[in-house]
Amino acid sequence: MAKIDEQSNGKKEGEIRYLTPLNIDTNVKKKYCRFKRSGIKYIDYKDPDFLLKFVNEQGKILPRRLTGTSLKYQRKVSVAVKRARHLALMPYVGDLLK
Amino acid sequence: MIHLFLHFLKYYYMNHYEAVFILNPVLSETQTEEAVKKYESLLTSKKCKIVHKEDWGLKKLAFTIQNKNSGFYHLLQFEGEGEIINHLEVELRRDERVMRFLTVKLDKHAQQWAEKRMKKIQSKPKAN
Repeated sequence: MAKIDEQSNGKKEGEIRYLTPLNIDTNVKKKYCRFKRSGIKYIDYKDPDFLLKFVNEQGKILPRRLTGTSLKYQRKVSVAVKRARHLALMPYVGDLLK
Repeated sequence: MIHLFLHFLKYYYMNHYEAVFILNPVLSETQTEEAVKKYESLLTSKKCKIVHKEDWGLKKLAFTIQNKNSGFYHLLQFEGEGEIINHLEVELRRDERVMRFLTVKLDKHAQQWAEKRMKKIQSKPKAN
């Protein structure tokens, strides 16, 4: 009851308060840049099996919002994937790559 | 003074490059060897030092090029001046045996990676 009284007295207006705290998992595992963590400095275009991790089923490059790669290495990943495509090591357009 | 300095720099500072090209799968073994040798001799004649070469053999392509599904992959890693790349690429473009090629300049991290790769490949046949 104390919480409801506080709310009605004008403390933190408009915010929805619950009597018991909702049990929501907020500890989602944080994404990290695998190149920074493992100290990889160069991404090889000659290794299509490794580059397959940064590509979706159709062969499109995945955004770093999904893979967690840092901007510096995302640029290198995209260059490497494009080079691999040029040499026909990876498809430009694919189907069921994974 | 600056011109002199640049002149010297040109001779002392060599870049590392890597060229991968795909040869037509229709060629016989001797013909592919000939083609590779042609580019090696071209590079050495222009005062290039060939650091490493690789033969990946007949590989399947991810998509068709000139109605072919496979090709012979070859890699040449060399050290030299930048002007050579033009000559090399013109030759690669004119050559009907070459279906695709890619030349890449190697930065210092790439060079380290290439050295590692070289050692890995050299140590493998000994183990077998």
